[in-house]
Amino acid sequence: MNQRISNNRVSNPGSRRAFVLSGAALALGVLAGCSMGSSVSFNGTDITGADFGRDFRLKDPSGQERTLADFKDKVVLVFFGFTQCPDVCPTALARAAEVKTLLGPDGDRLQVLFVSVDPERDTPEVLNAYTAAFDPTFLALYGDAERLAETAKEFKVIYQKVPTGDSYTIDHTSVTYAYDTNGKLRLKLSHSQSAIEYAADVRKLLHAA
Amino acid sequence: MNQFIRTVAVAMLAATASSAYAQANVTVKDAWVRATVPQQKATGAFMQLQAAKDSKFVSASSPLTPAVEVHEMAMQGDVMRMRQVQSVELPAGKTVELKPGGYHIMMMNLKAQVKEGDTVPFTLVFEGKDGKREQVEIQAPVKALNSAAKPAHAGH
Repeated sequence: MNQRISNNRVSNPGSRRAFVLSGAALALGVLAGCSMGSSVSFNGTDITGADFGRDFRLKDPSGQERTLADFKDKVVLVFFGFTQCPDVCPTALARAAEVKTLLGPDGDRLQVLFVSVDPERDTPEVLNAYTAAFDPTFLALYGDAERLAETAKEFKVIYQKVPTGDSYTIDHTSVTYAYDTNGKLRLKLSHSQSAIEYAADVRKLLHAA
Repeated sequence: MNQFIRTVAVAMLAATASSAYAQANVTVKDAWVRATVPQQKATGAFMQLQAAKDSKFVSASSPLTPAVEVHEMAMQGDVMRMRQVQSVELPAGKTVELKPGGYHIMMMNLKAQVKEGDTVPFTLVFEGKDGKREQVEIQAPVKALNSAAKPAHAGH
């Protein structure tokens, strides 16, 4: 609700009346993390206009090639990980599921994408079962080693195999990127931020379009 | 008087029992394992440890897989790094949590799916300042893959 109010302020940038009209709106806006300025502010880092993370071309578990254009009219959250990761990856996916719940009916306009950094072990079957365990609408994406390398470079994501025992784990960038409903990269969110902070930003992106 | 003697006897017995138990100076609480999906070969176990005397947690083993290691997750900037650690310090009386965002017991090369509702046995090995080792056997329930990290407990 408060995001709708923030949205009004965005669509009327510089309108003093929007501020004066409702002290409550302002208070709510402040609660939602809005600054006093005319533009909306986010919990994540605003990277609107970034010259990276423009698009990807990866497969979903059914083998279909996907690009950002497939998710037009939705806010898209993209992060990188691997299924054998016991800590940040399930935490990030569980948070994404919570964000969807927090959005209520708007949750239908959220698309969560999990890009595998472990194409060797993350088979389509494992990926599909893994994301479905968090939410049936979440989609895992993968590419071969070259495609993954290109994609990671485009997204400024680092991933590195680290041997442990006779197996390996993978160090990787744990940020989440958020795209608006026009497929434009807007925000970089940190792993340390909460589902509530994520949901507030997604709501703003949904209603500011 | 009889009553007094009986009370003393019971107290002494209790003291003996608890001092025998005190050799196992580490208490393990709220242990759980994150479920896997079929063909997923690795997962983590989490728990709370508390030692009566300064100790360290040195290793864990489980009949599920020989590849069990103690790992620490650390963020360096935006990059998540995971490393095996040789031990986890357990200062006397302090609850040390193995939880998402910190330490976990890493299970790798799993041969079968770990399903929610199953129980995973672990043998945990602790070492006191005197170099004496003790083993604690636990049974950790398996929780859903999508289980969120438990909120940090107060007091540390």
